[in-house]
Parts: sequence; C-alpha cells; structure tokens
Amino acid sequence: MADFRDLFTRLGGEIRVINLGLESFAETLEAMGVPVLHVQWSPPAGGDPERARLLSLLDDEDGS
Amino acid sequence: MLVDCVPAREALGLADRTVLHSGPPLAWERACPPVQTAILCAIRYEGWAADDAGAQRLVESGTVKLAPCHHAGAAGPMTGIVTASMPVFVVENRPRGNRAFATINEGLGKVLRFGANDESVVTRLRWLAREAGPLLGVALRVAGGLDLRALVAQALRMGDELHQRNVAASSLLARALMPHLARTAPDTGAVAQLAEFIGGNDQFFLNVAMAAAKAATDPCLDVAGATMVATMARNGTDFGIRVAGLGGRWFTAPVNTPQGLYFPPYSAADANPDVGDSAIVETVGLGGFAMAASPAVVGFVGAGGLRDAIRITEEMGEITLGEHPHFRIPTLDDRGTPVGIDVRKVVETGITPLINTGIAGRKPGTGQIGAGVVRAPLACFEQALEALARARGLA
Amino acid sequence: MTTRTTFKRSFYQDSVALMGLARELRTGAGVREAAALMGTPANLALMAEAGLLTDEARAAGPNDLVIVVSAESAGEADAALARAESLLTARRARVEASGRRLPRTLDSAARQLEGANLALISVPGAFAAAEARKALRRGLHVMLFSDNVRLEDEIALKRFAVARGLLLMGPDCGTAYLNGVPLGFANAVPRGRIGLVAASGTGLQQVVTLLAAAGEGVSQAVGVGGRDMSEPVAAAMTLAALDALGADPSTELIVVVGKPPAPAVRASVEARLRALGKPAVVAMLGREIATGSAGPLTTVATLEDAAAAAVARRAGRAFQPRAFSDVATARHRVKEYRAARGPGAAAVRGLYAGGTLAYEALLILEPLLGAGAVGGNLGGHGGGPHRVLDLGADEFTVGRAHPMLDAALRVEEIGRAAKEPDTAVLLVDVVLGHGAAPDPAGDIAPALEAARRGRRGLAVVASVVGTAADPQALAAQTARLEAAGAWVLPSNAQAARAAACIAGEARVAEALLAGGGA
Repeated sequence: MADFRDLFTRLGGEIRVINLGLESFAETLEAMGVPVLHVQWSPPAGGDPERARLLSLLDDEDGS
Repeated sequence: MLVDCVPAREALGLADRTVLHSGPPLAWERACPPVQTAILCAIRYEGWAADDAGAQRLVESGTVKLAPCHHAGAAGPMTGIVTASMPVFVVENRPRGNRAFATINEGLGKVLRFGANDESVVTRLRWLAREAGPLLGVALRVAGGLDLRALVAQALRMGDELHQRNVAASSLLARALMPHLARTAPDTGAVAQLAEFIGGNDQFFLNVAMAAAKAATDPCLDVAGATMVATMARNGTDFGIRVAGLGGRWFTAPVNTPQGLYFPPYSAADANPDVGDSAIVETVGLGGFAMAASPAVVGFVGAGGLRDAIRITEEMGEITLGEHPHFRIPTLDDRGTPVGIDVRKVVETGITPLINTGIAGRKPGTGQIGAGVVRAPLACFEQALEALARARGLA
Repeated sequence: MTTRTTFKRSFYQDSVALMGLARELRTGAGVREAAALMGTPANLALMAEAGLLTDEARAAGPNDLVIVVSAESAGEADAALARAESLLTARRARVEASGRRLPRTLDSAARQLEGANLALISVPGAFAAAEARKALRRGLHVMLFSDNVRLEDEIALKRFAVARGLLLMGPDCGTAYLNGVPLGFANAVPRGRIGLVAASGTGLQQVVTLLAAAGEGVSQAVGVGGRDMSEPVAAAMTLAALDALGADPSTELIVVVGKPPAPAVRASVEARLRALGKPAVVAMLGREIATGSAGPLTTVATLEDAAAAAVARRAGRAFQPRAFSDVATARHRVKEYRAARGPGAAAVRGLYAGGTLAYEALLILEPLLGAGAVGGNLGGHGGGPHRVLDLGADEFTVGRAHPMLDAALRVEEIGRAAKEPDTAVLLVDVVLGHGAAPDPAGDIAPALEAARRGRRGLAVVASVVGTAADPQALAAQTARLEAAGAWVLPSNAQAARAAACIAGEARVAEALLAGGGA
C-alpha cells in the first residue's frame, strides 16, 4: 500500500479535472475557474459489450 | 535512406511468372477491372504472353501467380503492379538493416498504375527498365544514398502531405539527384530525358515515400504484444491491415470508395473502389494524418478549409499512440504528426484512419479521375482486436 | 397532430443534457410531447409508452440519437426539430469557435490537459469501472459519480487505487472538496480546519453547510461512496482518506459520515481515528446508535449533531445535542399546526430529493411515531400511515431526471400526497449548491401553495441545505418557501422532528419541546 499521508501535498496547488460524462459538471467547474477538459465521450466500441470487455482487458495488459 | 535502383528480379528475388499487386492477397476473379487490366499489361510487357487473352489464360491457369507487393518487400501505388524486370527503388532502414522497395512512378494519365493497357504504357515501362532505372541506380550508389527522413520533414514544411501532394518532395529529390546524375550519366541527352520525366511528375516522390514508410513499419510486425497498425493496403476489392505483434497476418474487409473532387467530365459514378498500397504513408503519420500541413490539398480533396484540415489531423490524434518526433506541422505550432495507429483506440472510438488518395476511374485506362479521402473499414480493426486478445490469451 | 423524428447516427449525448433538451423542446409553440433519447432498447420502450415510437425511431441503435416531437401542426413540429438541431450544435460550435477541441477519450484528454490530476467520471454505470481503471492507470485520482457499478469492480478499483496512493471516490460519490475546489454537487463553503470523509453526498452537504453557518470551514472532504464501509470493501478508501487527513496540517478535526458499518470495519475505522491523534466526530446514520464521547472520539446519530459536535469541540465546549435550535418558535408553531390539523389527518409524507436526508428523516421519525408506522422506499419495515420517499431512487428515475435537477417528479408527488385525506404534514428537503437546479425552492413553491390551498390545515415543513454563498442564495430560497407557507427549519433533523411533533401523538411534541432548548 502506498502512503496516503502526503496525499494533499501530492495533489499540489491546483486541481485540474478531466470530465467524462455529464457535461454540466464541466460547465460548473469552468464557471468557477477550475481548469477542466470535457471529454466527448461515447460508449467504447459503439456500446458492443464484448468488444468493450476486450478493450478493457487489453488496456490492462499494457504493463502497469 | 534511398540507396539504389535495381530490377525487381534482383532486389526482391522476384521470379518470373509472378505478378505483384497492391493490397492484401487477391484472387483474379475478385479483382476489379483496372487491376485485372494492369496485370494483363504487365504480362505482355514481360513477354510471357503475346496478347491479353493469352495473358489471362496464364493467370487463370495459375501459371502466372499473383502475390501482394507487401509479401515480397515492396509497396505499389494504385494497382501496384510489379514484375521481375521493372526497376525498383531500394530504401534501407539503416538502424535495423531491413529494406523495402517500390517501382519508379510512371507519371500521370495513361499509366499501368491506373490500369491502362496500351503500347504507350509498355513503351514507357521499357524505357524505365532500360534507361531510367539504371541511371538512377548509378546516381544513388555514387551518392551513397539520400536521407529520406530529412527530405520528408522538409517537404512537410513546404506544404506536402506526402500522399496526395508530393510536389515539394519530388522537387527536393530531383535537386538531390541532379549532381549525381549529371556526373554519372553517359550523355547529357539521357540526363535531360530523365530530368524532364521527373520534372513533369509531381507525384514522383510518392513511390519513394511508400517504400520509406514500409521500411519504417515492417520491423514492427515482430514486436510481440504491440497493438500498433504496421500496414494498411487496398487491392480495389479488399482493405487489409497488418498489426505489430501479429506478424504478417492480414485482417480484411471490403474497401470503401473514395469521395472527393473530380476532374471534368468525371463524377462519383466513375470512381473505382479504393486501391493501392499508398495507405502505408498514413501509418507513419503522413498523408491524411498530416492534412494540417497541406492547406493546398484541402480544397482539392474536398475537405473544406484549413480548420477542417486541422480537425482531421487532430481527429487522427485520437487513434494514435503519439506524435512523430521528426515530421512536424508548422500550422500546428510544430507539433509532430499523429503517428502509430492503435487498433484499440480505433475500435474504442469508432474513428477509422482517414486516407488521402487519388481516385481512379472504374474503367481500365481512364487514369486518375479525381482526388479525395477514404476511410479504412472498421471491421478490419475489430477483427484485429479479437486476434490481439486471443494472442494474449484473453478472449 | 403531427409527429416528426430526427435521427442522428453515432451521436452520443449524456442523459442529463438530453433531458434538458427534451424539456426545452416541450416549451415550443404547439408542442405536445417531445423526447430526446439514445436509441437503446430501454429508451425505445419508453418512447413506445409515450406514444412516440415512430418507424424512424424504431430503427435507431444504442449509439444513435433520436429526437421525436409531437405537435399541433407539421410546421410547429419542424420548428421544434430545427431548434433541437441548433441547441445540439450550439455548445460544440462555441467550443470550436474558441479554437479549442474536445477530446474523444480519456487518453487524448490527458495528453491535452497538462497536469491533469483528477478524472470526474459520470458515464453510465456499465462503462464506469473501465474508465475509472484507465484513469487510475494514468495516475489520476478519480471521483466516480456513476452508480450501478458492480461491487467486485469497486473492490478491485479501490485495491488498485490504494496500491498507487490514489483516491477513488465512489462509486455513487456526488460531492467532494479537494484543495478547496467543490466537486460534483457541492455547496460554496469557506476553507477551514475541518476535514471530512463521507459515504454520502447529500449527507456531506448537510454537514458542511451547517459547519459554514457556524463559522467553520472545510479543509478537505473526501467522498468514499455508500459501500466503502461495508465488509467486502472494508473501508479501503475511508482508511486511506483518514491517513491523509491525519497528516494534513490544515486539518485540525475530522468528521466521518456514514451508515453503521460491520463491527470489524467499525473497529478498524475507530482504531485509525484514535491513532491519528486528532479530535474526531463520527456520524452513524442507523438504528439504535450508541452516541457519546470517548477520548478524542465523539459518536453522534444525526448529520446536524455531527456539525454541532464538531463546532463545539473546536470551541472547547462540551457538546449538547438538542431537539430544536429555537424551541420557543417551535412550540408556538407546533401548537398552531396541531390545532389546525383536520380530523383524521395525522400522517407525515416525506418527499425527498436527497436520499441520505430521507434516510435521516426516517431514522428520526421511527422512534417518535413507531417503527411500524413509517413506510416508504427506504427499506424500513413500516407499513404506514407515515411515509418517507426518496424520489431519487432508481424506481422513480427511470427515464426521468433526478429530483435534484428537475422538480417535475416532486411536484407530482406533492400534489398526490396533498390529495390523500390523512396527510397532515408534507416534509421536504431543498438542496442548493453548484450543480443543483437554479431555483429549487421556486420550482416546488407553487405546488406547495396549491397543496395548502386545497387542504385546510396542511402543514409544510422544510429544510434548506445551502449557504449564503451558494448560487441560489440561501436567504432567498428560504424566503420563497416561507412565502409559500412552509415552516423552514435550520436542518433536516429538526424538520423531521417538527413533522413528528405536528403529526404524532401529543406526548411526542411534549417530550421534544420540553425544556428551554440548550
């Protein structure tokens, strides 16, 4: 287990957000001046569950 | 490095009675008319048959074998026909030592590449084999090879994207070759004839670019576990991809037909389905992927303004692993072109690689009827994804 | 009547944006009904039910956007569809005009936004775990707003996150504050010295707004999701967050908000709290919670008490729970309402947008009104006559916007409850803050007024979770409710008690209103 004691120091001065999903969250953060990038997300593999599962497994295999 | 120009027989070890074509493996019956016609013309050029009927019998009986250029180490634009006596450029990937080959681009109009099949085609092919090829070979050997990576990077900064538009690259190549040609050619007439030939062909560099791209990507085929696309190629019927880590295996699906602008009097109804190995340049971050570098191409391929060109390059950024360290785009603050198509990202986003391409006429011998863009079919990548998962024991 | 359909292939939009679009379209001239949905089988079934499943719509796939409009005339239907088109492209056009480009994946976003350190994920549950994993693998902390994430995925994700020293807040985490940035549905509260770990978003909102009202502030607030303190997850994120708060020099007091965990989990959380050496308040929302103080740890049973205990601790005072902050006013109003109660009207109807607030109300009402007498959809065993409904629960939000965003459902339920002959008290919550509706009080006030007009002596009791600094302005929202005839109390707990005093037997009111307050 990694050390969480320095979590808030590691988080540094600025929270910079990548937003996946409800666009309203990104709009709210933007209005507050928080750096945020909204992702034009759509279900992976066009929503095909089997391919989405394979994608997830292959992503894992990338040595990390 | 562009190091030589020698007959295909020598460079590829290409036997007689073998005709190489572009794209993944193709059976004669499934080939589109321009490809078939080009094959027949090449057989006549080699002298293996006296006429088209005889040539066709040779193919149908299996006496003349068909094989993809890629299987022999070559890449061919459009119909991509290569036979033993045709001279091919030799490109060497210096750090790795592997080589790739491509014919000398015949020029525009009625050429073998577009499925033309008359005496003028054969005459030109003979001139290339007897005159142009040997001249270029000597000049290149004497020059000790030409650095293509630097040349391509420079051409990108001059408005080429290296698929549809190669005029700057062709000019730079001509400039580099000239002193060596002048010194080694037997007479000034020969140099003049070759110079006129090269100077009159804006797409001269395309074949060289393709060989260079192939030389760069072929070594990836052996990298186990990788998910990067190493080859994209079309034969007028099927679109095929090969993926790093899955070796030489092809994943194919029916080609799309390019959409774009047409030279009068042609229109979309005259267009041949997508054909050619030239999509190899897109796999190294050029062509459609470098569209933002080539505003001049944008209108010609019907894609819209500079903003659209940038949008396309950025869209390709969604499906690639990184930015090219050497090929940079001035209009994007010198960012590298998107390179390294990742099969996973294509399937995840549904964004398929966009290829800038010439549009051939369906009727053999029509030649190029326009230019435009075409997408690689998603099905190729979906199949590759499943194969990747199985290869890793995940499916 | 004409029905027209627009079909946009491979054009994904999030559900909230689409519901907003449908609502906009319904305001169009002559428009009777409108739907804007992705073409999933479930959505197509909904459209069929609404009589909007045209042949075109039927052909849609899950990644295609279908907009169907039913209007008085063809012209009006077409006009509505044209409006939909411009609304859909408006935002994108704005972004592109400014030269920016919206990335399509987390990966390309991470490349575009230098120094990104948090992924806020609210995609549909089926895809949420995979996206969260991607984010963690790229070294991002995650706030996972999505619900319907499988327990086994939560366990694996948290194990993954903990091993890397990353936060995985959620699933179903609606509120957090990191380095002073309010995330998700969050109120504007001052930065301060109190650090929180919460298993519930609205629970956190209630506590921090009360802290702010008392002049305190939030150093950090980590949401851990409703299942974190369950036995299988074993408080993985709670313990990590506690370590972080323990070492954070800005945090002088820690508040933990959750439901009572399994004994082993509770023991480990309390042990960790004690080891940190900072004063702590633990709010356990459950039945028969033993409250009290032991050393640095104070255990309370309501959200209000959590805030009050924290405030008292910081001020060096002893904490005294109390039923009402203004007993005198409470006595007076309860007496009036009890007198005005119609014959046979003695039931409380809780109609809640915040699930945890509904649960807190249930827990307060049960001992006062009788556990068997309080029903609803919160898993209690009571059959009625009293009822507390969490209107944000799954069964109410199929195909509808969550009540925190859209009051339509609540307005309907208010009307329904007011018509039931035995309803004596309507008990509601109004939640303000970033992300909430622009005028939540104004959205339900007309329905409340209508309810009171239609039923003599109907009491409306409310609390507002918010601060003066919230976009909706606490004072204005409170005033709007009061103008509609509601009795607005300072906390949800007090509102629930007030409802019990009005509707319950006399002894309930006597007990709660005895004494002089604190």
